[in-house]
Amino acid sequence: MPIKVLMPALSPTMEEGTLAKWTVKPGDQVNSGDVIAEIETDKATMEVEAVEEGRVGKLLVDEGTEGVQVNAPIAILLEEGEDDSALEGYDPEADDADAKASKDDTSPGKKDEAKSESKSKSDDKADAPQKPKGKTLSDPDIPEGTKMKEITIRDALRDAMAEEMRADEAVFVMGEEVAQYQGAYKVTRELLEEFGDQRVVDTPITEHGFAGLGVGAAFGGLKPIVEFMTFNFAMQAIDHIINSAAKTLYMSGGQMGCPIVFRGPNGAASRVGAQHSQDYSSWYAHVPGLKVIAPYDAADAKGLLKAAIRDPNPVVFLEHELMYGETFEIPDMDDFVLPIGKAKVRREGSDVTITAHSRMVGFALQAAEKLSEEGIEAEVIDLRTLRPLDTDTIIQSVKKTNRIVCAEEGWGQHGVGAEIAARVTMDAFDYLDAPPTRVFQEDVPLPYAANLEALSLPGVEDIIKAAKQVCYVE
Amino acid sequence: MSWYKDMLLMRRFEEKAGQLYGMGLIAGFCHLYIGQEAVVVGVQGALEEGDQVITGYRDHAHMLATGMDPNGVMAELTGREGGYSKGKGGSMHMFSRDKQFFGGHGIVGAQVPIGTGLAFSNKYKKNGKVCAAYFGDGAANQGQVYESFNMAKLWNLPVVYIIENNQYAMGTSVARASSETHLHKRGASFGIPGEEVDGMDVTAVYDAAKRAVEHARSGEGPFILEMKTYRYRGHSMSDPAKYRTRDEVNDIRDHKDPIDLARKIILEKGWSDEDALKEMDKEVKAIVNKSADFAKDSPEPDPSELYTDVLIEG
Repeated sequence: MPIKVLMPALSPTMEEGTLAKWTVKPGDQVNSGDVIAEIETDKATMEVEAVEEGRVGKLLVDEGTEGVQVNAPIAILLEEGEDDSALEGYDPEADDADAKASKDDTSPGKKDEAKSESKSKSDDKADAPQKPKGKTLSDPDIPEGTKMKEITIRDALRDAMAEEMRADEAVFVMGEEVAQYQGAYKVTRELLEEFGDQRVVDTPITEHGFAGLGVGAAFGGLKPIVEFMTFNFAMQAIDHIINSAAKTLYMSGGQMGCPIVFRGPNGAASRVGAQHSQDYSSWYAHVPGLKVIAPYDAADAKGLLKAAIRDPNPVVFLEHELMYGETFEIPDMDDFVLPIGKAKVRREGSDVTITAHSRMVGFALQAAEKLSEEGIEAEVIDLRTLRPLDTDTIIQSVKKTNRIVCAEEGWGQHGVGAEIAARVTMDAFDYLDAPPTRVFQEDVPLPYAANLEALSLPGVEDIIKAAKQVCYVE
Repeated sequence: MSWYKDMLLMRRFEEKAGQLYGMGLIAGFCHLYIGQEAVVVGVQGALEEGDQVITGYRDHAHMLATGMDPNGVMAELTGREGGYSKGKGGSMHMFSRDKQFFGGHGIVGAQVPIGTGLAFSNKYKKNGKVCAAYFGDGAANQGQVYESFNMAKLWNLPVVYIIENNQYAMGTSVARASSETHLHKRGASFGIPGEEVDGMDVTAVYDAAKRAVEHARSGEGPFILEMKTYRYRGHSMSDPAKYRTRDEVNDIRDHKDPIDLARKIILEKGWSDEDALKEMDKEVKAIVNKSADFAKDSPEPDPSELYTDVLIEG
């Protein structure tokens, strides 16, 4: 059987090209890899190599022909033992199954058709792929008579890691100064003594490298906790957090789970300037394949970090530098684990909903108390998890209060509050008595000077002002 | 003999992939390995079961070397359900836990810290396994490679770094991109030994890899192998390769081709004869044609696959 040589596609976008030059003539013997022609594409002139070996039987397209469609036959090769007589009665245009299939796939008309078809499909809900629904989550019941104990967030996080490391040999912690120095913020205090330097690993200052190494260790069957001294430095590592950790499960068709926790302080510290004071909440919450947690109090810090370590997915766990030393009550239970993806109503109210996460929850609660003195009862929702976002709890609240203020420490543009405002507008538009309003950091890098820093960051007064605005008070 | 057959399979597989790309059945980026076959075949020969392999985006041959099914690899290239990633990864993103192949990474150099992390897990679990982490001369200039070298030697992790120096990082020659062009010396400041190897000679590759893998397995830490090799095709399918002359390519192809070289030795030593090799060629072609048929016949992934594998549930 003579072999057809087809016009090849030589770039991802090529649909046709010019056959600039033949470098072989009928009768020539060619081997695979030999250049047989030059073709001009929309981008460049490319050499075409023979894929099969044989003798050139016939050239079907003249040199200089423009607009030769991809997959059109351009020459015929004769196989070993064939002579020109094989060409007689051979119709290169007679489509065999291969060429037909590929022609159908590549012809632009067909593509458009397929597109509109898939669009109409997605309009028709019955045929469209079903987006999986989240399940209903709730905090575990705390048995009656459980004592409460006071603990700092720092120690709650430490205890969470220690408990999980005791329970599972595969869990280890790595990062800068986590072992001998006991942690830059003392979150890993005394872990080295209990677990040894195999499982509490001091790294060089090399975020990109050790984040990638952590991902590899997770692929290799371990459950790494990677501590960033602050999330500001994790920008050096964000390629591995997103490209390597978050996307690989999908790109591998479900084979490559990456059970890893990236944790450390996030957000503004105090008087450390722009490079050490940034809230990355919306950066990570943007990315499918990650879970993102930002707890407020000690119980959530512990219960959610334990859940994060056990989770088979990559989790970004955002702590707050200014809250490590704050003390909260926590139930004195053996194994206190909270569900990832469940917000918590921290204060009930009927007049306005305030959403917040991390340190801003405290400000929201203070604002709510002051608003109460003025007769406005605010409902404060602690988001706790930013991805997946517990939209249901927010929407339910807005249906009751008809107003919402979304507070966050980071910049407003494309922020967490922007996302919540959009969802509320979409899902509860008819319930709103005022446009959703946001509270966020001024749209500038964080300044060093004390007065400017204070002006830049959102606080209690900003939340009160926003709440009054949506309540049309003053 | 099996090395020869493996190299032949990779060559024919890649030629077929190029052909399917030309027919529009494979899309996007597609980086062919033609010319470099001796590297991956020689190194694989020096590994034992359970050792891990990781590489960048020129990865089709590495998958075949680890024993992954050509049908599954080709079907991933065509973006079909039967592909190793159910069509959701493509040429640069394929994996097989079963065969200890950890990708298939599209970000230049990213596989180096990840491979180092696999070696970390080996040491942590004391399982005696070694990770072979491949990267190119282009990736050799990435900062994360040196961050990895540092930690690998600091902790004496069982990893062999294989630099596939095919002399061009896309269109930039090594000399135009690297202040020190002897890439095997790049580990010197970390205390990592390195060796330059003729990457067109499969037996030389095997011998060097055997030493390097033993070094890593014995607990002495990482080893760097610089494989001097050459790719005949452009960087990817849409690269006309105007940065080098046709003569340069032809000269290597005519005088240094790893498959021709192996074939010559086989015939000289009398391990086989022309007829048997021709038979082998037919056999290999049949495997490749079967994989192409499979890749064409396998359906596109079900639309419901859009939402699966984003997170592990439960």
